[in-house]
Amino acid sequence: MNEAAPAVTQASDVENLVRGEYRHGFVTDIEADTVAPGLNEDVIRLISAKKYEPQFMLEWRLKAFRHWLTLQEPHWAHVRHAPIDYQSISYYSAPKSKQNAPRSLDEVDPKLLETYEKLGVPLHERAKLAGVAVDAVFDSVSVATTFRKKLAEAGIIFCAFSEAVKSYPELVEKYLGSVVPYSDNFFATLNSAVFTDGSFVFVPKGVRCPLELSTYFRINAANTGQFERTLIIAEEDAHVSYLEGCTAPMRDENQLHAAVVELIALEGAQIKYSTVQNWYPGDANGVGGIYNFVTKRGECRGADSRISWTQVETGSAITWKYPSVLLRGDNSIGEFYSVAVANHYQQADTGTKMIHIGRNTRSTIVSKGISAGHGQNSYRGLVKVLAKAENARNYTQCDSLLMSDRCGAHTFPYMEVKNPTAKVEHEATTSKISDDQLFYCRSRGVATEDAVNMIVSGFCKDVFKELPMEFAVEAQRLLAVTLEGAVG
Amino acid sequence: MLSIKNLHAKIEDREILRGLDLEVKAGEIHAIMGPNGSGKSTLAHILAGREGYAVTNGSVTYLGKDLLTMPPEERAREGLFLAFQYPVEIPGVNNVYLLKAAYNAIRKHRGEEELDAVDFLALVRARMQLIEMDADMLSRAVNEGFSGGEKKRNEILQMLVLEPKLALLDETDSGLDIDALKVVAKGINKLRSPERAVLMITHYQRLLDYIAPDFVHVLAGGRILKSGDGNLALELERRGYDWILAEAAV
Repeated sequence: MNEAAPAVTQASDVENLVRGEYRHGFVTDIEADTVAPGLNEDVIRLISAKKYEPQFMLEWRLKAFRHWLTLQEPHWAHVRHAPIDYQSISYYSAPKSKQNAPRSLDEVDPKLLETYEKLGVPLHERAKLAGVAVDAVFDSVSVATTFRKKLAEAGIIFCAFSEAVKSYPELVEKYLGSVVPYSDNFFATLNSAVFTDGSFVFVPKGVRCPLELSTYFRINAANTGQFERTLIIAEEDAHVSYLEGCTAPMRDENQLHAAVVELIALEGAQIKYSTVQNWYPGDANGVGGIYNFVTKRGECRGADSRISWTQVETGSAITWKYPSVLLRGDNSIGEFYSVAVANHYQQADTGTKMIHIGRNTRSTIVSKGISAGHGQNSYRGLVKVLAKAENARNYTQCDSLLMSDRCGAHTFPYMEVKNPTAKVEHEATTSKISDDQLFYCRSRGVATEDAVNMIVSGFCKDVFKELPMEFAVEAQRLLAVTLEGAVG
Repeated sequence: MLSIKNLHAKIEDREILRGLDLEVKAGEIHAIMGPNGSGKSTLAHILAGREGYAVTNGSVTYLGKDLLTMPPEERAREGLFLAFQYPVEIPGVNNVYLLKAAYNAIRKHRGEEELDAVDFLALVRARMQLIEMDADMLSRAVNEGFSGGEKKRNEILQMLVLEPKLALLDETDSGLDIDALKVVAKGINKLRSPERAVLMITHYQRLLDYIAPDFVHVLAGGRILKSGDGNLALELERRGYDWILAEAAV
């Protein structure tokens, strides 16, 4: 099946293909509908057909796949991992793989439940997060319905990506890949070929989204973790704030995550994108955990637009992500606020790229890296000012906090300035959580753990204050749980 | 209240305290003076529970309990307070936030209800007035960007809010101008009561002009070489320490 097969668009052909492949290893049962491991054009055609995608989508995927075959996995990041066998991954699984799912909370790892408890996750949500195979674990339907109604009244589209491809193909075709082209990089290209679902947001001209959009409320959100695709478009003068993720760790069997997020802000538009990433980091000895290789990029396409990334990255065995902003419109603003934690044997290589193209463009970068245990934390950032970007401004602040003697903090700031009117500032500090600070707090009656939390929260304050209020409180609690017993 | 018997302590391989004895009763104010490197700050740190010191002999009893086995936070909750010689900066942590956490940790330990933010702030503001402290110091990060004098004043504020039974003041007077010194002394005198005791470590007689001690001790070579009343401090001011060292050597 490796030779180019004829284009498959009709349902009957799909069925034939599925059935045909079944003899050669497709696995189908009542609950799961999983393609056998391996990646070739037929698998991509199948994914596209399963989703009843229009022709342009399939062609885009195939273009990406053919390009991907020419690429090499990148190794410039300051991370190490065993080779990834891309042919051993199953690229399609629908609607839900439940064979291995626990049947009840009693079967869930007690450690995970303990974490939920500490994070204050309501009882009725724990089962869903832990991936318990029960339908309608909690009644989110009514909440979600009200939520959607309100958005629809404002003319805002917020739906699953696959739904958008079917219902709003002209918008998808116009904007998809316009910030992160299918040929962008190894992982983004892989995502372009095989992505299964994600979120789509469209805020029409002049509309200020009345609610924080959260993946939490998105219908069909389950099981899109591995190759997620998100596209957010804010038309002229539209405002939107989007929350991705959840402070509670989610159960996920897939090791490789390669998501792509594209943001497009037209003239006067503002997009605020906040992430709390808490995928499984592996155990205390560095066994297991998610490889989180994400491409996130926004484009301030119109004048006076603004894109702001805020991220709290506490999970994953390896984090490799650089939420970036292309500042194309004059007077546009890009911001990046990040807290990244590397505990135990976690590795984080994260940062941002601010590309100043338009005049009077401004960018702010605040990065807080926390390393504990044997964790390795790298900040990697690029500030690029192109020749026509008159009066560009950048301010970068990059702080590292070390919590043990075995962890590492690394900073790789790159600057390329091609316009003499630019002002680019970079400040960096590295500090160890000091015995003096701890002793000072303890000598006032504050317990060690509380003192550590206090000091770490203080360190992250500049980032937390950028998060929506409720999220900020959760993030603080998450940090406390993540770093429990980390001082040493 | 505090009973130190034959205390020996080392830092790394260096013996700093060599058989120190001291008795402090409720209501008393003690001043410990002595030349540089005599072990004054070491004593304060050991009493507050700082790690890095090895007690090789002797005992310290505080309110009938073995002080040396208690972790620092428990000592604080039992009413012991150390005003640091060099208060540390904690960026991003609000000054009043730390103070409230400390205050409520101590209340909780005593089985009392935690004070809410409004009542707590009222209490802190009242104490701040006593020592003429600017209100904006509350909203700043703990000691961050404070001048030397502001840091010392902040220590005294914490002491007045936490109302310790035994206050240890480690060179709280050094680096203060005369006006600041008077204000700090006022704060310390405010704390004075029959139920409380104060142990002041100082280099200078001038603090004792404003806070009259009941006892003055000379610490040198890791031991108390001489004890007396306020007049001893005046004599030290006049004659220095050599005569005491000579006396002790005889």
